[in-house]
Amino acid sequence: MKNFSDLYLALDQTNKTNEKVEAMVKYFKEATAADAAWAIYFLSGRKPRQIIPTAKLRMWAAEISEIPDWLFELSYDAVGDLGETIALLLPDTTATGSELPLAYWVENRTVPLRGLDESEQREAVAQAWNELDANERFIWNKLVTGSFRVGVSQLLVVRALAQVSGIEKEIIAHRLMGSWSPNADFYLNLLEASSKDADLSRPYPFHLAHQLDFPLEDLGDIRDWQAEWKWDGIRAQLIRRSGESFLWSRGEDLVSERFPEITTASFTLPDGTVLDGEILPWKDDEVMAFAQLQRRIGRKTVGKKLLEEVPVVLLCYDLLEFGCEDFRQRELRERRAKLIEILDNLPEDVRKTLIYYPVVEAKNWQELSKIRDESRSRRVEGFMLKRLASPFRVGRPRGDWWKWKIDPLTIDAVMIYAQRGTGKRASLYTDYTFAVWNNGELVPFAKAYSGLTDKEIRRVDRFVRDNTLETFGPVRSVTPKLVFELGFEGIQKSTRHKSGVAVRFPRILRWRDDKKIEDADSLDAIHQMLEAEN
Amino acid sequence: MRLIKPTKRGLYVEPGDFYIDPWLPVERAVLTHAHADHTYRGSKNYLVSKEGERLFRTRLYNEGNIETISYGKSKTINGVKVSLHPAGHVLGSAQVRVEYKGEVWVASGDYKLTFDPTCAQFEPVKCHAFITEATFGLPIYRWTKPEILFEEVNDWWRGNVEKGKATVIFAYSLGKAQRIMKSVDASIGKIFTHGAVERLTRDYRETGVEFPPTKYVGEVSDKKEFAGSLVIAPPSAQDTPWTRRFGAQSTGFASGWMRIRGARRRRAVDRGIILSDHADWDELLTAINATEAEQIWVTHGSIDILVRYLKSIGKDARPLETKFVGDAPESEMAKDEEENQQRINADDAN
Repeated sequence: MKNFSDLYLALDQTNKTNEKVEAMVKYFKEATAADAAWAIYFLSGRKPRQIIPTAKLRMWAAEISEIPDWLFELSYDAVGDLGETIALLLPDTTATGSELPLAYWVENRTVPLRGLDESEQREAVAQAWNELDANERFIWNKLVTGSFRVGVSQLLVVRALAQVSGIEKEIIAHRLMGSWSPNADFYLNLLEASSKDADLSRPYPFHLAHQLDFPLEDLGDIRDWQAEWKWDGIRAQLIRRSGESFLWSRGEDLVSERFPEITTASFTLPDGTVLDGEILPWKDDEVMAFAQLQRRIGRKTVGKKLLEEVPVVLLCYDLLEFGCEDFRQRELRERRAKLIEILDNLPEDVRKTLIYYPVVEAKNWQELSKIRDESRSRRVEGFMLKRLASPFRVGRPRGDWWKWKIDPLTIDAVMIYAQRGTGKRASLYTDYTFAVWNNGELVPFAKAYSGLTDKEIRRVDRFVRDNTLETFGPVRSVTPKLVFELGFEGIQKSTRHKSGVAVRFPRILRWRDDKKIEDADSLDAIHQMLEAEN
Repeated sequence: MRLIKPTKRGLYVEPGDFYIDPWLPVERAVLTHAHADHTYRGSKNYLVSKEGERLFRTRLYNEGNIETISYGKSKTINGVKVSLHPAGHVLGSAQVRVEYKGEVWVASGDYKLTFDPTCAQFEPVKCHAFITEATFGLPIYRWTKPEILFEEVNDWWRGNVEKGKATVIFAYSLGKAQRIMKSVDASIGKIFTHGAVERLTRDYRETGVEFPPTKYVGEVSDKKEFAGSLVIAPPSAQDTPWTRRFGAQSTGFASGWMRIRGARRRRAVDRGIILSDHADWDELLTAINATEAEQIWVTHGSIDILVRYLKSIGKDARPLETKFVGDAPESEMAKDEEENQQRINADDAN
């Protein structure tokens, strides 16, 4: 456990990616295969279900720390993280770090707690706290509550493992996808030189794109590029191998059961086929609003009524595997031609669910820019620009694929409420509610909490504390004084909001300290936007 | 009788007609310590501790009539007996004891009980009413023993020496910076200082506090000198072009707030060094008990929380509202930053 907590500290204490990779390499070199497997499991964001309800942990921690419950809760408010709060409150121990391996702590001291009765659990937890030092307690608390997170991307873990094993990053990334059990065998197979991967369900890593951040013309000749509408749904991969189907979302969730129409349609795909595409709510040959798709997200099983109201399709972009052969290194133009051939040969009813959309043709960049203006009315986010000769790469490389999104809608609004953040931003006022004018009154219209620099956040935090009018629990109302430019992607009528509208992806674009509150926008302006939108 | 009351100018001792740490100009002020949020310019007469004289004169630009008094000695102002007692916060920091018609009140100012080699150790003063700060008034705040903490800092510094990196610590320029330079193992490497730090350290030295040799960064012509050295700078210097001259570097931020991981991460430094010149939770309770006061007035920080806790253990505790805004952890840093920013600008102009 000590090595793992040292690794956690090393990762937590630096924001330089090279040092993070270095720390992981050091850990993997020293760790047993079983420990390494668990470490990968946790580092790549996987976690076991919560083992002990947090309410019980809170209670026991307060008892052992000999502080009243209310003081525990206020401490938690200030820290913003339960596992850390407990670690900070528990009495100091003489423990200097457990030499017992991570696998032991997970398999023998953590997972089995689930089967114990409450008094046995309490005793086991107290005993664990007693044997661990402050950092290990923090980490163990996170394991027990199923809330372990660390600031490394999957990509960095892959880089470290590639460095340790000498195996290509792409292969490691591929082997890490899908579902697997963290044990010594898994780790040994992961670093196995042979590339015969048996796991049928395994998707390929997604090829992602950056937002275009230079003039369009610098991309060169438009004839080397393919422009696709950028759809606003769930990016997904559909796998058909050995008579089985798997639908993976980009978050690496297996979502086959949530979208049964896509899974059923996939039964007709030739064996050994993998498609890259977007899950979209689709009716009468038209994409529906994202809000409709949200009704289906998060439901494990979908009722008949909802299936009828919000049918989905997989709008296919790319072909990653065909005839059991990895197609990713072939050129996009070849992959796309083959993709269309496959889809066109499917039975007619299936072609309603596994669909493709024509690429956008334009003679030059200027013409393409013009067409982009249709984005909002088409309910898309702009274009994806892909080089026709590009392979399907891993991660978010620059060069071949670009997002070319339309500018967000913007509004100048006044901050009227502030709330403390959680996690990284706990104890600072970082979540704000914004208002616009309506008949001489400020009406709340959106909440947003991103887009400011740390320095700006500290300044706003100070403003909030110095200008509080009232407090309601965690929320403070403040003197209306600060004006911010907010950006959002879409706007819809809403009966649930006082302002009568709901916006999508609201975020702070910048702090307008050059503006007075009188200069903020009005609700009328927003309603005009709404009309223009629909 | 309320011997010390909050007013819009600061804490006021009515029968003596003087203020403690006033933030607006007054006729007569008694100061607890030389941090900018306690020592304001513009008053006519100041009474300060002998030990802090140089720092106070620097902070006050030597303006006004500045009278000094040694710890433990008393002076009578309009019939009120006043004396200063070590608060252990920074050099020259004092608790103010006032006595009138047999009633004794003590205003703590800022204080800590942890050992600090740069200033006199906190002394509990028996009183009827004690005004305590509560900056870190939550049980999550418990400081590491300085000897363990500085061993960790030394290890980190040594590691950086091996990698050829400079070690850059951001810490308040008055108090914490000096505490660090006096507590680290100076045999590891050279110590360089930011202008704001160097100037105040000079005041410390002239008062008689000894330090390992330090050198003002601005006097270094060969940047190679910084590799393996320790640089001490105020928080506002973080992420400014000023730090580029050190080349490869590992950065640390010294503050009690660093006890919380979120605060550490927000600071975006390589190391959070949990070092405070304020009392932690246990020290607050120890200090309050030691005064044997019947009445506890809580100001500055987690006021409501400490009051509620003290009441729950049977004490007569009340909030004392002052200009200081409650529960304002990182705003405090912002304040220090603004102050130091002015100093940096002044430094850059030089």
